Amino acid sequence: MLDSVATAMHRRPRLRLAALLTAPVLWLVVAYLGALATLLVTAFFTIDSFTGNVVRKFNLDNFHDMLTDAAYKNVVLRTLGIAISVTLLCSVLAIPMAFYMAKIAKPKSQKILVALVLTPLWASYLVKIYAWRTMLEPGSGVVDWLLGPIGIHSPGFGGPAIIIGLSYLWLPYMILPIYAGLERLPNNLLDASGDLGAHNFYTFRKVILPLIFPSLVAGSMFTFSLSLGDYITAQIIGGKLQMLGNVVYQNFSINLPFAATIATIPVSIMALYLYLVRRTGALASM
Amino acid sequence: MTKPVIIAIRGLSRAFGEVRAVNAVDLDIFEGEFITLLGPSGSGKTTVLRMIAGFEKPDSGTILLGGKDVSQLPPYDRDVNTVFQDYALFPHMNVISNIEYGLRVKGVDKSDRRARAMQALQQVRLEGYESRKPAQLSGGQRQRVALARALVNRPSVLLLDEPLGALDLKLREQMQIELKELQRAVGITFIFVTHDQEEALTMSDRIVVFNHGRIEQIGTPREIYDNPQSSFVSEFVGQTNKIEIEGKKINVRPEFIVVSKSTSYGNRSVQGVLRDAIFVGATTRYLVDSSLGNTIISTNPREAIAIGETVTLSWDKEKEFLIQ
Repeated sequence: MLDSVATAMHRRPRLRLAALLTAPVLWLVVAYLGALATLLVTAFFTIDSFTGNVVRKFNLDNFHDMLTDAAYKNVVLRTLGIAISVTLLCSVLAIPMAFYMAKIAKPKSQKILVALVLTPLWASYLVKIYAWRTMLEPGSGVVDWLLGPIGIHSPGFGGPAIIIGLSYLWLPYMILPIYAGLERLPNNLLDASGDLGAHNFYTFRKVILPLIFPSLVAGSMFTFSLSLGDYITAQIIGGKLQMLGNVVYQNFSINLPFAATIATIPVSIMALYLYLVRRTGALASM
Repeated sequence: MTKPVIIAIRGLSRAFGEVRAVNAVDLDIFEGEFITLLGPSGSGKTTVLRMIAGFEKPDSGTILLGGKDVSQLPPYDRDVNTVFQDYALFPHMNVISNIEYGLRVKGVDKSDRRARAMQALQQVRLEGYESRKPAQLSGGQRQRVALARALVNRPSVLLLDEPLGALDLKLREQMQIELKELQRAVGITFIFVTHDQEEALTMSDRIVVFNHGRIEQIGTPREIYDNPQSSFVSEFVGQTNKIEIEGKKINVRPEFIVVSKSTSYGNRSVQGVLRDAIFVGATTRYLVDSSLGNTIISTNPREAIAIGETVTLSWDKEKEFLIQ
């Protein structure tokens, strides 16, 4: 029986492909693209201000409200600023770490380091952010207690705290692709650059950085998009600060269509980001 | 040799863990010569080259480059350039940017840089390939770009780390001749590392034979081939027969042994039976089961002999190398 199925499959390549891809394609189309499409459509609906029910009538009121209210523009800019800062901070921290892991550490400790980088991902998101809350608590937090005596104080809850917290959360997603990129980079290119007279920083700028650029882009897609959509971190350690996610969250129960309209912003920003990345050609070598 | 010494290596040693990769090496390299470091893999030849380039630091010993000890300097402070085994061209730069890299680092201005790079490209006969990426070149072309990239800096010494290893036989033979001609044209000292004895014999002014981290012998190709100082050298360079005769261990090269039906053509002769004759193109290798109990190879037959016939092997005692 199984044999005859296998033989039948062997003769029909299309059937084999169907067996392989039906489940993932169904998932992608129904759950993933379906949800996105629903979001997009809902963004053009409104609610009845008296009953609070969604009115399924296509109009641009929500977009008009969103684009004319300066408060939303500030939230967008603030969220963008935070996402960019997190991405930059993660890059600055990840490159030397990944370089050490890929090029300096012995093969045995390499594996241990990869495992160590991954360990924070095993802990719950909430636990980690509450941990940061106790660390950054002004006056009584771990940061003030430990670093206060040498004059370093907690930035308190707000923008800097959000950037620190998100950078902490997403750093592994930046380290791993850069580590993989550096692993693939032949050592003799570094030797060759030095041999031709280049000091280490010159080699970094002219040889290492251009060659790991696709890895940096891959990592930034994680750090940037995850930061763009986050709202829990802002809620817990952001003080009064709001990110786009918080606005979506607040509107979710009272005005679902408007929440959907706001949610199209990070989606559009990510689409634009991917388009720009594509134009640099970095995706071609990934 | 009356030529001045450009590199003087004294007591150079380097260990990797328990392995003594290079063990107390002394070597003088003269200005303008083509010198080959020859040896099997793991003999220390590449480590010596990498220490001259600055990629490895010696555990002890000195490397004098033009009279100055460079053994502790980083690669970028040494007036040498390297052609790497797998070329190590920068994959994101085109050919001309690769060649200009060293000049750009040194701050040579743009027009001068371009002119020198074009001249180097001409030297390796790759005009018209300026804007190609390394991935769009064949192995031989990449090899030439790597050469141009190193030579354009006009180093006092060029280091070549098995640069022909990845090329096919025909191309390798052609590049051997080209490299030698290029070296004569530019007059720069070439230090060439290879495990291929034929390559070493073809190209070198002098050969340094390495084994187990030590130098076995230094000499011209003819000296090394005709007068090997140790059994290792005679076995590693060219072909040789190990023979034990009259209580002495000797080595004789196959071309010096005459194989004939009954006549002896030298002052030493041994009986045997022809086991096989292997045609290898220019020569035929005659495998003879000798009365001494081992197989002796000859490439020098005097008449047509059939397999299974009894033969006489003969040679001159002067052609033997005694093994200590």
